[in-house]
Amino acid sequence: MLKRIFLTVLAAVLLASQAKAQDALGPMQTILQANAEIIVKSSRKTIQPAIDAVAGSGLPQAQSVLEAWQAKDMWRRKADGLFFRAEKADGGYRLIDFDSGEVVGVAEKGDLKQIKPNSGIRALIGTALVTFQLNDPDRVKREEALTSLERDANAALLEPLRASIEAEPDPDLKARKLRLERLLTISYDPDEATRIAAIEDMAGDLGVDVRAALNPLVATKLRVFEGTPPADVNVARLLKPGSDALPREEAYALLSDAGLAPPRVTPEAVRAALAEHIEGGTVAGVAVTALSDPAKRVEAYRALADRGLVPPYLAEDEISAALSAYSFAEVYAEPSPAVTDAAEAALARINTKVGLNQALDLGLDALSLGSIYFLAAIGLAITFGVMGVINMAHGEFIMMGAYTGYVVQQLIPNHTASIAVAIPLAFLVTFSAGVVLERLVIRHLYNRPLETLLATFGISIALQQLFKNIFGTQARPLTSPDWLGGAWVLNDVVSISYIRIAIFVLALLFLGLFLFIMKRTRLGLETRAVTQNPGMAAAMGINPGRVNMLTFGLGSGIAGIAGVAIGLFAKVTSELGADYIVQSFMTVVVGGVGNIWGTLLGAGLIGSLQKGIEWLNPSNTLAAQTYMIIFIIIFIQFRPRGIIALKGRAAGD
Amino acid sequence: MNRSFLARNPSVLIFLAVLGLFTLAVTFASEGLGMGLISTSFVKTLGKTLTLALIAVAMDLVWGYAGILSLGHFAFFGLGGYMIGMWLMYERTRQIVVESMANAAIPPTDQEIVDAIGTQIFGVVGSSDFPAIWAFADSLAIQLILVVAVPGVLALVFGWLAFRSRVTGVYLSILTQAMTLALSLYLFQNDSGLRGNNGLSGLQNIPHLDQVPQSVLSVWFFWASALALALGYVFAAWVVSGKFGSVIRGIRDNEARVRFLGYSVEGYKLFLFTVTAMIAGIAGALYYPQAGIVNPAEIAPIASIYLAVWVAIGGRGRLYGAVIGAVFVSLVSTWFTGGQAPDVNLGFYTISWVDWWTILLGLSFVAVTLFAPKGISGIFDIWTGRRSPQRHGADLGPDPGSLREKEAEE
Repeated sequence: MLKRIFLTVLAAVLLASQAKAQDALGPMQTILQANAEIIVKSSRKTIQPAIDAVAGSGLPQAQSVLEAWQAKDMWRRKADGLFFRAEKADGGYRLIDFDSGEVVGVAEKGDLKQIKPNSGIRALIGTALVTFQLNDPDRVKREEALTSLERDANAALLEPLRASIEAEPDPDLKARKLRLERLLTISYDPDEATRIAAIEDMAGDLGVDVRAALNPLVATKLRVFEGTPPADVNVARLLKPGSDALPREEAYALLSDAGLAPPRVTPEAVRAALAEHIEGGTVAGVAVTALSDPAKRVEAYRALADRGLVPPYLAEDEISAALSAYSFAEVYAEPSPAVTDAAEAALARINTKVGLNQALDLGLDALSLGSIYFLAAIGLAITFGVMGVINMAHGEFIMMGAYTGYVVQQLIPNHTASIAVAIPLAFLVTFSAGVVLERLVIRHLYNRPLETLLATFGISIALQQLFKNIFGTQARPLTSPDWLGGAWVLNDVVSISYIRIAIFVLALLFLGLFLFIMKRTRLGLETRAVTQNPGMAAAMGINPGRVNMLTFGLGSGIAGIAGVAIGLFAKVTSELGADYIVQSFMTVVVGGVGNIWGTLLGAGLIGSLQKGIEWLNPSNTLAAQTYMIIFIIIFIQFRPRGIIALKGRAAGD
Repeated sequence: MNRSFLARNPSVLIFLAVLGLFTLAVTFASEGLGMGLISTSFVKTLGKTLTLALIAVAMDLVWGYAGILSLGHFAFFGLGGYMIGMWLMYERTRQIVVESMANAAIPPTDQEIVDAIGTQIFGVVGSSDFPAIWAFADSLAIQLILVVAVPGVLALVFGWLAFRSRVTGVYLSILTQAMTLALSLYLFQNDSGLRGNNGLSGLQNIPHLDQVPQSVLSVWFFWASALALALGYVFAAWVVSGKFGSVIRGIRDNEARVRFLGYSVEGYKLFLFTVTAMIAGIAGALYYPQAGIVNPAEIAPIASIYLAVWVAIGGRGRLYGAVIGAVFVSLVSTWFTGGQAPDVNLGFYTISWVDWWTILLGLSFVAVTLFAPKGISGIFDIWTGRRSPQRHGADLGPDPGSLREKEAEE
């Protein structure tokens, strides 16, 4: 019952609107009807006037027409040839009038014809749409349009973009539009002077997009010219065959590929040709056994060529003659020399600026590597630097700390909480391990440094294997909390990850802690006393055994915390500590034994050195370590006691 | 002083006799030339062990006698292996290339042969050109000279730099360890010219000796290793027996005092460091053809530290101690890590020695350092009843304070 009423009403509305449409076509429908023929034809070559007519109509509904057209939602009613936007509905398609935006009725699919623009036409429509999208009242839509424009632009979009800048209310978007306009001007503007002006505007900019816009301008292609290159060609530089940039073989291959000279007969071709023409143990009168001599090969080949059996052999002087007849030049794809010159100059300025920024970035990298080395070495600065105990198991304490962090993370899933628990726990674990080691082994070996080295090395391999047995050889992850993820980005060149900043801060904290304990606490005083003169210290009522035990434990505990920090950005394996032990000792030795500031300088020096060498030879970090160690060995020649050498009685071995 | 060298060092004769008997026994028991009681691979293991004993003798000279704890001698050992390996690999590949090219219609030119060898050898590291360091790889004589020359020159340069700036004790140990690490990291690169981490392989196939089976070849190498050990041992015993030996022991015990007596301490140390590096190179050149492969992992600092472990366990400061340590530890280590040692079932946990051997070694090493500084060969002192008081103090270390410190504690 209801359905019937609904249908009746619908039919009435439909009839009414149809009558209205026929009476007076809306303004958009009129335009569409005027271009109906080419719209239906849907050919990329002829469609432009129709799109222009719609886009240029100045009507508010133009955008929705173009969108419907692009999305293949525009249908034409066969009966009267009117265009509608259609949506799938019960019993066919619901037709919506472009001008009024009202539903005018439902039609069977058979009564309609869908307008199916091909991809070329859709792209043209898209270009026309950009104008609308760039001026859309909705900020989100404008931003979307701009983003897609930044990703993928072409010459046709330049004008709509320029036109939209003036009216842009949002300052951020306006800045982006202005920037994009400059970039598109560089790439697409027909006027040379405008392009050069744009290039000069952007010359100081570090953005990757600027370089992406400039690089195609200076792209070159190697071409061959008979005689000198013609004047209308924009030559980047002339190349001489036989130079580093253009080896003789390559130059000649260019010639022969272009069909300007006969191909060179390669040694392989000579060999193949000779093999083909063996007759009874000889080739053209030369015995096959003699052909292991290259000169004989050429001789036999020339003989074959004289008989006309193979292409002629090219001697070196013939190749030279052919090469001298032609000139080789790298030619810009861009025809205008003024533009390429401006682009080259702009790129040079950008590259200088990028270089400076890279140096800054390198400095930050070096700083963070230095702070990692400092963290790894600060425990050693206590046990080795202050106490003079050489502990080869120090690396394994770092590893124990990292594994403690891993285990805690297995028990406490919240990463922030687990790190907060892991740091004191790692200190406790390695502190106890250090105390046990000191009591059981090192105590008996004071003043026998070589034996201490060997005994602690025994501990080191035992611990490494023990952890391998427990946790396996597989690397274990120690995940940093989310707020430490990401990086602090200064510009497209300089950035530093938060975790490295955190490690830098941690290193500074430890420096402060070390200084506080050594200079301001009872333990530090007693440690310094025992280190300087154990007998006298004992006479003053200090228990040297207890002080040594606590100091060693402190150094080991700090190693454990360093382990948690290092584990956050390196995978936790049983070899984690062993990877750092040599560098750590180097840091302490280079810095100067017994002086924390020396250790700091040593870590900075080694970190920046390693980064510097890596920068010179970026493909090879292994070589960087090699050269760094060689440098350290040479450095010790000139300052055997490190950067900051202790003087006086404290300097005694 | 007019007594002969051997009369003053009866242990040398005993050692040579034991080594000779051992060589004879192994020869008669071998598969290749004897009754086949021991397998070819075990003969190779024994041969390798003898070369390890040779480098242990070198280590004992430099550490036990001169007090320089070098953690770099295994690098020299590896370099010796690389030098001989270059010739072995080049010549062997050349043989194969020439054979395969002999069937070609046109005989190959010399350049074509060299190019083909280059492709064969350096294909794994994505190159085919011979690096400059392979310039002499085609000459056995020159590579044999390089076996001693390369480690010798490296030790000379490094030692000169280190000793002239008076780097001693643990600092020198760390520095030599750094040198070893630098060398192994360098060799790990593909463009070092020595095939990166692939190392040199197939060294067990000796060129021009294809008709000799491995079982016989292994015995030959065993003999060569035994001969090298015997010569090295006699040389080392001769070096430490005379005045030179007294000076270097003096350097170990109190370097400053020897310097004040007018000796050129640096010269003595440098000579000893260089000569032992050469011995290590020779040992390596004999070891790696038996092992079949040499790669940068062999040079890693840990290997040099193990060397110190052997000498310490055997008993440093006496040559036969080093030999005993190297032979004992490396054979026991082979036994444990080879999976031959029976697992210990504790009920709740089964100790598998492949995993636990390193821990046992590390801890026993600590125990030796703490409780038996004389090592295994300390047994001989008990046996001969020799308890000389001056030896008692000397073994505690170079630092004169150490003895007093210990007495004060006891």
